[in-house]
Amino acid sequence: MKVLTGNDLKTGDVTWWTGTSWSRDVNDAADVGERGAEILAREEAARRVNVPYLIEAERTENGVRPAHIKDRVRAVGPTVRPDLTLNPQNPEALDWVI
Amino acid sequence: MYKYDNYDQQMVDARVEEFRDQARRRLEGKLTEDQFKPLRLMNGLYLQLHAYMLRVAIPYGTLNGEQMTALANIADKYDRGYGHFTTRQNLQYNWIKLEDAADILADLAKVEMHAIQTSGNCIRNISSDHFAGAAQDELVDPRPYAELLRQWSSFHPEFTYLPRKFKICVIASEKDRAAMRLHDIGIQIVQQDGEIGARFFVGGGMGRTPMIAPMIRDFVPLDQLITYAEACLRVYNRYGRRDNKYKARIKILVHELGKDEYTRQVEEEFAHMLDQGVEPPREELERLKPFFADPTFEDGAKTVDRSDPDFALWVDRNTHRHKNDAYVSAVISLKPVAGIPGDATGDQMRVMANLAQQYSFDELRIMHTQNVVLPHVKIADLHALWTQLDAADLGAPNMDTIEDMIACPGLDYCALANARSIPLAQRISEKFDASGKTEKLGELKLKISGCINACGHHHAGHIGILGVDKKGVENYQLSLGGSEAEDVSLAKITGPGFTEDGVIEAVETVTDVYLAQKQGEERFLDTYRRIGMAPFKEALYD
Repeated sequence: MKVLTGNDLKTGDVTWWTGTSWSRDVNDAADVGERGAEILAREEAARRVNVPYLIEAERTENGVRPAHIKDRVRAVGPTVRPDLTLNPQNPEALDWVI
Repeated sequence: MYKYDNYDQQMVDARVEEFRDQARRRLEGKLTEDQFKPLRLMNGLYLQLHAYMLRVAIPYGTLNGEQMTALANIADKYDRGYGHFTTRQNLQYNWIKLEDAADILADLAKVEMHAIQTSGNCIRNISSDHFAGAAQDELVDPRPYAELLRQWSSFHPEFTYLPRKFKICVIASEKDRAAMRLHDIGIQIVQQDGEIGARFFVGGGMGRTPMIAPMIRDFVPLDQLITYAEACLRVYNRYGRRDNKYKARIKILVHELGKDEYTRQVEEEFAHMLDQGVEPPREELERLKPFFADPTFEDGAKTVDRSDPDFALWVDRNTHRHKNDAYVSAVISLKPVAGIPGDATGDQMRVMANLAQQYSFDELRIMHTQNVVLPHVKIADLHALWTQLDAADLGAPNMDTIEDMIACPGLDYCALANARSIPLAQRISEKFDASGKTEKLGELKLKISGCINACGHHHAGHIGILGVDKKGVENYQLSLGGSEAEDVSLAKITGPGFTEDGVIEAVETVTDVYLAQKQGEERFLDTYRRIGMAPFKEALYD
């Protein structure tokens, strides 16, 4: 699947395109198919997201998994600071990155 | 240390308001990201993996307690309670919101700090010896010269759009504690026939094409220092490549022209400039010197009570000889076992600020090795200092050991990185501390970069590790034999790369080779230079 990601313009938070808006949870990411460039241009113009880009990902039984480790780190947070990740109660979730 | 005059303060304050307006226009959609990006970068604001990152300049690594406290307060108020000290003697915040950035710059300006020229193709923060003004072996304090260069290079209209970023370092001792020859321009303050002047090394750097700067002039009189630096920059600005960012640094120009031809062109430009009034009046340098005058040192004990072995170990490892024998420079390690190199919490920054005010004439220095120095500590106060540092988890006795590694933020934070650096640093630190091998290894400089840009100085590591992307998987190249010191050399790659687990084992293997082959008091680097790469390769790959 192809998903769109970027950083929130105001906060810099990592965000994922859900099909109608942006979410901080990668598991909300929608498959944009061939419409990526069109959505990307529209959303950037609307100033809701900064530097959005299209990535390859896979929908697994555990959710959406970006193909590249860099985007998996973005999806979760720094692997060396479990307390600063999106799911600080579950440090084992970082194993998903590798 | 240097204090802003009205002109400095007005410049910085005006820049804050200018950026506030730029950020507002970006948030209102009046500027596109393409238009805004160069403006935010000129103010040190990057967009990294998880958020905006703000890099704050700490000129030649010198700051006072009030400034360190302000950095702590910003960490707590606007970030997530910590900051990261960098190999450019700066501080980075990793979790900044664009809507807060101007307020942060305003808070910095109140304590004479800013983030100007911490990014972009301009002259960056001038770096220097972290023991400047304190070291027993320095000729003079290099910081007045660094400050003169800082003032000259701040907002210099001719050098705002160089082909690529530009880094200058100034030292004033034969011992190089600042990686001087791995800078675009390295300046060593020297004495010749009783006169103080500057020796120029040009065209060094790390990154994807590491080079050691050759000396192009062994003595420039002080009243021509800025003119000569400007001549070096002018030749680069004119002929440095702008068509390929990977070949745009001055080291490529010096290499391609050849040192002699580059030097000829600089000398020609210099001769042309000498009567053009480029040089600031000598009085300006003399005006700056009192800002860096020695504090009033007192007599005191010359030795410590070594009955506490933990304290004695810290004194042996983490203090440096001072020019006054009743004092030392004390190194505060930001490398606790399994910690994140260079990170300090807001509370730890406040502890360091308070200790500087209490024990070190209100001065701190940031080391390019991502530690902090209290430059002037009375030997009689060392035990009290150590006790408070230890209580704040700032008392690790590991300076210049394998546990005192440099590590860039790597793929955990950095948009450019290919692999994570910090987990390697943590695991190596933990492993060597647990085995007790750190003590046996003595001085061993390990440096880890998460990509070829080499922010972790891996080219200059006795042992260097470079993270690369191998078909989407982290992989690590090992290199040996680098040095950033006066015996400067570039590390050589051992061979094929390793997995994360594999490279940690590989580090252990090469240290075993060293311990087996070591003669007398040889450091790891000395043994490597004597026996060469072969025994290490054999142990790693056969």
